[in-house]
Amino acid sequence: MDLYEYQGRDLFERHGLPVLAGGVATTPEEARAIAERLGGRVVVKAQVKVGGRGKAGGVKLAEGAEETVARATDILGMDIKGHTVHKVMITVTADVAEEYYFSYLLDRANRTFLCIASVAGGMDIEQVAAETPDKVVKAPIDANTGVDEAKAREIVAAAGFPAEVADQVVEVAVKLWQAFVAEDATLVEVNPLAKTADGKLLLLDAKVTLDENAAFRHPDHEALVDQAAVDPLEQAAKEKDLNYVKLDGAVGIIGNGAGLVMSTLDVVAYAGERHGGVKPANFLDIGGGASAAVMANGLEIVLSDPSVKSVFVNVFGGITACDAVANGIVQALALLEQRGEQVTKPLVVRLDGNNAEAGRAILDGANNPLIERVDTMDGAAERAAELAAAGV
Amino acid sequence: MAIWLTKDSKVIVQGMTGSEGSKHTRRMLAAGTNIVGGTNPRKAGQTVDFDGTELPVFATVADAMKETGADVTVIFVPPQFTKAAVIEAIDAGIDLAVVITEGVPVHDTAAFWAYNVAKGERTRIIGPNCPGIASPGASNAGIIPADITGSGRIGLVSKSGTLTYQMMYELRDIGFSTCVGIGGDPIIGTTHIDALAAFEADPETDAIVMIGEIGGDAEERAAEFIKANVTKPVVGYIAGFTAPPGKTMGHAGAIISGSAGTADAKKAALEAVGVKVGKTPTETANLMREIMSNR
Repeated sequence: MDLYEYQGRDLFERHGLPVLAGGVATTPEEARAIAERLGGRVVVKAQVKVGGRGKAGGVKLAEGAEETVARATDILGMDIKGHTVHKVMITVTADVAEEYYFSYLLDRANRTFLCIASVAGGMDIEQVAAETPDKVVKAPIDANTGVDEAKAREIVAAAGFPAEVADQVVEVAVKLWQAFVAEDATLVEVNPLAKTADGKLLLLDAKVTLDENAAFRHPDHEALVDQAAVDPLEQAAKEKDLNYVKLDGAVGIIGNGAGLVMSTLDVVAYAGERHGGVKPANFLDIGGGASAAVMANGLEIVLSDPSVKSVFVNVFGGITACDAVANGIVQALALLEQRGEQVTKPLVVRLDGNNAEAGRAILDGANNPLIERVDTMDGAAERAAELAAAGV
Repeated sequence: MAIWLTKDSKVIVQGMTGSEGSKHTRRMLAAGTNIVGGTNPRKAGQTVDFDGTELPVFATVADAMKETGADVTVIFVPPQFTKAAVIEAIDAGIDLAVVITEGVPVHDTAAFWAYNVAKGERTRIIGPNCPGIASPGASNAGIIPADITGSGRIGLVSKSGTLTYQMMYELRDIGFSTCVGIGGDPIIGTTHIDALAAFEADPETDAIVMIGEIGGDAEERAAEFIKANVTKPVVGYIAGFTAPPGKTMGHAGAIISGSAGTADAKKAALEAVGVKVGKTPTETANLMREIMSNR
């Protein structure tokens, strides 16, 4: 889960890291209250989970409460690269003398964590990394020994931080590592890590990603989820323990196993190229089990999406045999009717693997005009795309 | 001979008495796996009956190894306890630990992996969040359905579960030496490269299917490895060509941010080193079929 900047700022503050005083507002009036509390000159920053907000006009200075309200009014509701701004963060300003870069992240390739640090921080860090890679230090971190003072001094020396801030950077490096571990983060990025004119270090931005697998030991992380931004279908699916992602096409997809479903999206998109460009409407992985109840829940979610014109159920019977899956599909449709759902969209079903013959016989025996059986994945994708194109 | 798992492998199950563990112990036994026991400190000394096979429960992996000579462990414990279970297996010095558990925090995986490295990588770890490893007709350690394919001379390495099964099934008449599901998490113990190296060295494997998916750069690095080290024919498949950026598709690893890690980049990297990449699983299977029929 990616956090908003203000959530990251709060997290840093809780872990004793130096951040600017501030608050978050969803209305101009809330912005006024924060500006009055902070006093003087403030910066109003759009809270969106996308880069480039400064260039898009989402970061403005304001002098006093009235100007803060005006700037907040401008920025709230603004569209930044397709993201609507619902919140602004307001902080006091800092007199920045130098900008550095500091982050901890997962290093998948080396199966460990990595510290990236540079004294050339700020807006153009990607360019710095690409053009002058020697200005960017990448230090692997052992997951079990972590970052203590000695390790932090190594990083600080390697990155060439100026002597007058070295001790402060060491302290930030150690505390930031502690926060990274304590919160089960997979990324904490500070850009810029600023030195102010009076020589103090400040974390002026916060990019934090938390590991959702670790939610069981962080009950407080649930509150960080931005409910307003969650797609209602995705929310409904989550409540039913289904792994669903809304996409923008017309072919509803249900399958078992993440890899197979991803592959199904591809095959449907290829088939769609021959049928007016129809695309998959969603990703839905019902898992290895694929019981009737789970299938019913999955079908209910997919069929409730108004943009869905046809549904492709793609199941490989491994641990769960195909006859059980076929029964699940037939029962699911009956279950939906009992729930009062009017099912009118055609289902293309492909069953393969264990007991595939028995499963296909059950589908045929059900004699349901909505169910169409196609026995190959490529063929079924073709048919589902064709039906969706006809129904659009 | 296969790789890493043979008919002589002696397998224990950590979490054998739990619901998932017992269900899959039964299935592994039915597939012919030589399971010699399980662990649960609270049930040590008891035995569990699996359709007539009495399996002893030991307190620790070390006890189980001492008593049975076990060299493989399959781990089914819940995510909260996975790190401790893997470290216990490493401390016992077992050859192979197959971590099936899904939803392990990545800090925990990073910690047990670093621990394993510090111990000299005595233990091969497969997973976490993986379907396991199967050498058809010989042994099966994990949750891969045993009866969907036959034994043969293709090696298979894959990040995905059901997609692996699909490929095993498509090529069931030709058959496999070993199928390894390495899992889709951001940090995994055994990589594509490890499996490619083992298949290259295995006299019972003639050709290799490699299945990848979006996210990370494991496939790109595998391509470099193939160029320098693999002489056997390799066929590839990548899932996620049409996945939109920034969306996580089930596997924690299957997320793309920016341009790196896209399916197109992976396909290009593989094709540049002579790996034929299929557009669909069926097309990929047919590419392999062609290679095997020309041998």
